[in-house]
Amino acid sequence: MLSPVPEPLVRFANVRKSYDGTVDAVRALNLEVARSEFLTLLGPSGSGKTTTLTMLAGFERPTEGRIFVDGEDITDVPVEKRGIGMVFQNYALFPNMTVAENIAFPLRVRGVSRAEMTSKVVRALSMVRLDGFGDRRPQQLSGGQQQRVAVARALVFEPRLILLDEPLGALDRQLREQMQYELKHLHQRLDVTMVYVTHDQVEAMTMSDRVAVFSTGALRQVDVPRRLYEAPASLFVARFLGESNALPATVRQHDEGCCAATLATGETVTAVMPVPCAPGSAVHLVVRPEKILLGEAAHDSPNRFAARIAEVTFLGDQTRLRLAAFGADDFIVKLANTAGQETFAPGTEIDIGWQAEDCRALAE
Amino acid sequence: MPSQSNAPAGWRPRHGAYWLIILPALAMLVFLYLVPLADVLVTSITDPKPGLDNYLLLFTSTSVQKTLLTTLRIAALTTFVALLLGYVVAYAMRAANSSQQRLMLFCVLLPFWISVLVRSFAWIALLSSRGPVNAGLMAWGLIDEPLPLVRNETGVLIGMVHVMLPYAVLTLYANMRGIDVRLVAAARSLGASRFQAFRMVFLPLTRPGLIGAGTLVFILSLGFYVTPALLGGGKVLMIAEYVAVQINDTLRWGLGTMLATTLMLSVLAALWALSRVLDVKRLFGA
Repeated sequence: MLSPVPEPLVRFANVRKSYDGTVDAVRALNLEVARSEFLTLLGPSGSGKTTTLTMLAGFERPTEGRIFVDGEDITDVPVEKRGIGMVFQNYALFPNMTVAENIAFPLRVRGVSRAEMTSKVVRALSMVRLDGFGDRRPQQLSGGQQQRVAVARALVFEPRLILLDEPLGALDRQLREQMQYELKHLHQRLDVTMVYVTHDQVEAMTMSDRVAVFSTGALRQVDVPRRLYEAPASLFVARFLGESNALPATVRQHDEGCCAATLATGETVTAVMPVPCAPGSAVHLVVRPEKILLGEAAHDSPNRFAARIAEVTFLGDQTRLRLAAFGADDFIVKLANTAGQETFAPGTEIDIGWQAEDCRALAE
Repeated sequence: MPSQSNAPAGWRPRHGAYWLIILPALAMLVFLYLVPLADVLVTSITDPKPGLDNYLLLFTSTSVQKTLLTTLRIAALTTFVALLLGYVVAYAMRAANSSQQRLMLFCVLLPFWISVLVRSFAWIALLSSRGPVNAGLMAWGLIDEPLPLVRNETGVLIGMVHVMLPYAVLTLYANMRGIDVRLVAAARSLGASRFQAFRMVFLPLTRPGLIGAGTLVFILSLGFYVTPALLGGGKVLMIAEYVAVQINDTLRWGLGTMLATTLMLSVLAALWALSRVLDVKRLFGA
């Protein structure tokens, strides 16, 4: 029996956007956002994530392709008719209005009655824990409070979709972390669909159901945070999310998703190969620093090599080692701070190794 | 070390030295401006005899009242039209790209380089009954006989708006540049139409600019002399010309100085009232 596939709330179909006609800010974008999902568009600046959000909001029109919301083609629908709430990077609160008037704005332009407006504004204020702040001016609030007003204003008219454009960028680190959880809990409580743009991978992993990674105008991979981290489909994704060691190598032979590859320094490594590459092709062998086995533990792993400790950095929750291995001295190992953790001294020769499934051979 | 400055002792001249440098300018200001100004004040209450008789004319003389009303009406109309036109130009400048902005700014400032006298005569030539404006309108068949565009209040208004427009544009533009365009975008995304976003967000944010530009234009318009004298064709008497007539022709210096004093006090009062609602220093970029 076929289970009914739920219609996604948002669908980008073959969307391309070029501002100047020569360079594509976004190209060949096919992306779906499920109902009630928290999806983050993650990427460095200029990767196309903000352009994607801007097109969904309606500030920019795609050069090619269509955008659907709720099955309806909204590509040519003007901004104000889309019914999408948006939270801006700088909050964009109206300085000529009080907090309550700011939040009431989307209701006012929709001709909502005064009584209904008042009750909705009060409810929205309490939703973002700003009860009693309605009569203040936005300028009198702290950055975090302004941020909450912007969120309240975006959700007060019960939009089907809320877009957030790097909303925490201007806050200090501690407040940013606190707001991440607040937004996440708000999303869970309201059961609303959110599309969030950030360049901060920790932020993306903290809040998102799924993360869409962008670079140079192209969508590289969309997946749940754990899969994205554990099974990156490309070298870019592996490098952008967390730290990894990437060793250039040449494929010798491959078989059912596994391969043997030779490093430039001659060593042979067995690794997982998600996308098959013909023998002789160049790949990068990517292995996360926390998956490296050291000393005794490395002895029965299929990939075992000699290395020398170049630098030891104690970071509290973990110890970070920089090793000289494979002809370079930038091989990183992270060790969690556990009981009985042995100490390491720079200059020591040490064996390193890793399991084949912890190492992925990725084409450029 | 007791010294608060980190410069070596003797490096900075004492305050006295600065006073010495500005002394000539200060002396010029006092003797050529403040003293005559005081003389004007004194004349207004002593000529022809001591007392407030001259000021009583404000309430009794119909010709003084008529001149004051004409002045206020023309200044108010000039302000209104200059704000309206200036707002459109400033708005367009704000929306333009930077090279267009430079060109527009150049065009706005261009009239500053031409003397008011030359501009007034140019307007007379343009607007006279056989001038290009009337000729053009008649050639197009829009009118049958020339419109009276000059040597009347209309002419004065056109000439004054032309002189005042750069002030309005520059003041409004400075204010509009400080407005975050993302606020308008935010209003649109929250469901406001273009017009609603303008009326509910952009327009209220330009209020300080409108008040500032309005006050500036109004105050400057009150004291206009050359433009009304030339474009009014002697029929539109504003206060500055009226004062000139009293000083030069009728030699009623008491009346002339009284009106000059009244004008100055009105302007100061207007500025004071404005300072109660707005930060005047910031408004004029001081």
